[in-house]
Amino acid sequence: MTALQRTPLFEAHVAAGGKLVDFAGWELPIHYGSQLKEHDTVRSDAGVFDVSHMTVVDVTGPDATRYLQHLLANDVAKLGVEGKALYSGMLNQRGGVIDDLIVYRTAWDYRVVVNAATRTKDLAWMREQAVTFHVELTERPELAMLAIQGPQAIAKTKAAKPELAALIDSLQVFQGLPAGEWFVARTGYTGEDGLEIMLPGNEAIAFWNALLVAGVAPTGLGARDTLRLEAGMNLYGHEMDDHVSPLAAGMGWTVAWNPPERDFIGRKVIEAEKANGPAFKQVGLVLEGRGVLRAGQIVKTSAGDGVITSGTFSPTLKLSIAMARVPSAAAGTVEVDIRGKLEPARIVKMPFVRNGKQVFE
Amino acid sequence: MSNVPAELKYVDTHEWLRVEADGTVTIGITDHAQELLGDVVYVELPEVGANYAAGDTAGVVESVKAASDIYAPIAGEVVAINEELPNAPESANSDPYGEAWFFRVKPANPADLDGLLDAAGYAALIGA
Repeated sequence: MTALQRTPLFEAHVAAGGKLVDFAGWELPIHYGSQLKEHDTVRSDAGVFDVSHMTVVDVTGPDATRYLQHLLANDVAKLGVEGKALYSGMLNQRGGVIDDLIVYRTAWDYRVVVNAATRTKDLAWMREQAVTFHVELTERPELAMLAIQGPQAIAKTKAAKPELAALIDSLQVFQGLPAGEWFVARTGYTGEDGLEIMLPGNEAIAFWNALLVAGVAPTGLGARDTLRLEAGMNLYGHEMDDHVSPLAAGMGWTVAWNPPERDFIGRKVIEAEKANGPAFKQVGLVLEGRGVLRAGQIVKTSAGDGVITSGTFSPTLKLSIAMARVPSAAAGTVEVDIRGKLEPARIVKMPFVRNGKQVFE
Repeated sequence: MSNVPAELKYVDTHEWLRVEADGTVTIGITDHAQELLGDVVYVELPEVGANYAAGDTAGVVESVKAASDIYAPIAGEVVAINEELPNAPESANSDPYGEAWFFRVKPANPADLDGLLDAAGYAALIGA
């Protein structure tokens, strides 16, 4: 067994009392004492996550745009100006999702941020597809990445790093810009306002400590999961994988069908799926019976069986919620097989929580 | 560091047992178990009158991150359950040996208690 990788913030996690676990091959904190408390802090104030395990790749060269237009289901042509960001699936030839990612338009062309668990697979695929383009892919493993999230995230980050204040104020939601070797983006994964900041690894601990002094709470990846689920955000390996189409994973909105001549990988397959009407769709579930919804539980609907892709107890709502992939005709009330007992649940529109408040009716 | 009270008995599935004056046995989960689970958000208890063999699943405790079975550490009949616990599952984190007891059994064979771990044995098992 290979040793777990450590981010530049490892010592800071130990100092903050982090409970460190194996997270996709990285030794990262699941919580610093209480996942529930950390979750609530992000909803009401500000928390910081170490997401340095995510993979940053810069895409440069004369064919960078054409390459990404072929590689991604969403269209980077939408990124009119430097700073804009786009969420997209990267599909295989069968129309399955290799990964979901964010691509930023930058002065040097593009920056792509992909998941940690899929790093090797993603990079191999990206390099394979790059062969016929004049494009260069540069991994940036020397960069650490911190996500500061919550209603006070921006104010507290500016207090911790005043020299970034003007840049932060200039960013609209889903935009990112460089500041020297740093890169500051107004993005996140919690349904709250906030920032994701990439910075040289050797500056990460000082920045982390400044954030803590400014009153930002160290927050573990456990809370990141309950926060993203409340926000109705997909997680690779749960809501989607190489065998699930973006249409069945609630990512139809991320597929750019126009212009029709743009031949992105997987297009033909998901175009046919769309024309025939996708067999499955993604829904939110709220448990009305007893227990906690969990990934893998079977969902019985009037239109056939589905499956829960992520489920949890919602710390904000104090009830159990889930994301599920169910037959497209499913509606209304369903039953979930929780440890052999069928418990009623209700299909709702996601997200479950936005800006700290319940969204669905 | 987990708390392992000296007066209790233990099993390797992380339940504790306390023999009451009337010979019944109160059962809960250990401090070590609640630490591993993290924030407890849901508890399912057995029914009064249920009969279990040692090692049978007798309930469920769910934390934010996972569900875990609670096992009957000895054979016997459930004579009481902690009615308050499902309404306050977080007490499993704050008071695992007190408020958060799970259920009480009448042992089928009181001699079964002799084979269980004592505090020193359990502390050694969990490296406490």
